[in-house]
Amino acid sequence: MQFAILVNESPYQHQAADSAYHFAKAAIAMGHRVPRVFFYMDGVHNANRLQEPQQDDRNIVQRWSQLAADHDVDLVVCVAAALRRGVKDEILAPGFRISGLGQLVEIGIEADRLVTFGD
Amino acid sequence: MNDEFDEDAASTIKRFMFVNRKAPHGTIYALEALEVVLISAAFDQDVSLAFLDDGVLQLRKGQDAKAIEMKNFAPTYRALEGYDIEKLYVERESLEARGMTADDLVVPVEVVDRARMSALMSEQDVIMSF
Repeated sequence: MQFAILVNESPYQHQAADSAYHFAKAAIAMGHRVPRVFFYMDGVHNANRLQEPQQDDRNIVQRWSQLAADHDVDLVVCVAAALRRGVKDEILAPGFRISGLGQLVEIGIEADRLVTFGD
Repeated sequence: MNDEFDEDAASTIKRFMFVNRKAPHGTIYALEALEVVLISAAFDQDVSLAFLDDGVLQLRKGQDAKAIEMKNFAPTYRALEGYDIEKLYVERESLEARGMTADDLVVPVEVVDRARMSALMSEQDVIMSF
């Protein structure tokens, strides 16, 4: 099955980004595909490579980049939400790209399920 | 991969429901949810909106957000009809809990009880909740 994921909350502040990541990992481990994760609202902060969490903490941004590299997951950041919050191409972590909201609707149509992680 | 998605997407019609649960101001959920709704109209899908909990306040008549320097986007809900988005469901229990009726809303809606809302949700292919 193909699971698309929508992340609406920033990393660290809210558990949504962690839950979304663990859901994606579990789905892939069970043989499903995660074609795209779409980052909207404060979720766009998941793409900011300038984040430096403490050494003993998980690195949420790097974790997404690794997931994209290992499993060909398309990490898409909403352009309108990103500009509003200062997230631009020059600070994107590897594997992320900025595009329009159409990419969210499109993956909703294409995937078997769309799972929202938010408040 | 994207080209493949585009072709398939053009021929599929799914039932999309956007669930609005938050007050219009205080957080950005309502405004950014509305932005997704407007984009979805370009994809010729079967789109509906549901309003429950504080989300019913998004449709309240007579909003004036000037004092908090926010845009009053409530009139945009009236424009949805022009995008062929005509299915707006409002939960009766949420209205009543806030002392409101359908007469307090900026657009004509279908007021449904909680059980009917649940049934409508189970008929959807895609639900995005904000």
